[in-house]
Amino acid sequence: MNLVSGFLVVSGVFFLFMGAVGLVRFPDFYSRMHAAGKCDTLGSLLVLTGLAGHEGLGLTSVKLMTIAVFIFFTSPTATHAIVRAAHKNRVPFWNQGDRT
Amino acid sequence: MTDTFFLNVSIAILLAVLVALYRVLVGPNIIDRIVGVNVIGTKTITVIVLTGYLFERVEFFIDIAFLYALINFVGTLALSKYFEQKGVEHPGSTP
Repeated sequence: MNLVSGFLVVSGVFFLFMGAVGLVRFPDFYSRMHAAGKCDTLGSLLVLTGLAGHEGLGLTSVKLMTIAVFIFFTSPTATHAIVRAAHKNRVPFWNQGDRT
Repeated sequence: MTDTFFLNVSIAILLAVLVALYRVLVGPNIIDRIVGVNVIGTKTITVIVLTGYLFERVEFFIDIAFLYALINFVGTLALSKYFEQKGVEHPGSTP
């Protein structure tokens, strides 16, 4: 485990944890999607890239990078589909002063 | 030493899963729960790969992680399309 891949994995875990905290703490649905969609994508990407750097060049790291590219495309797509479903059904926005 | 690092990283991600599980359990409407399940699935992919490092069988566990990513994506898309058609119950929605 060299320094660069360890740093990538630890920062990825930081982003994953902050995404989960944002999913709990934000007041309405759309801001929760803001936290969940971006932090999850970036965190998974950083962890998988760090593990591929730990592995070195080979079939395993190529598979890890394939999973990373797959998550890079599919996680925003899933987020967009969920927000579209919520917006078409008029899930309410947060107004200033509302306590949730 | 490396094993301890992977174990600690897995435990940290599982703590994040516990935090996200709150949104699945108490989410005000169904679509919040779908978001929570999607987030937990994305975290589970990294946990599966780290478990492969703990058991020193990474090349098998990576295939399982890829399959889990596929199922997570297709499941989330199917659930969101279904509730887009069916309607989401929330405070202020017309029954």
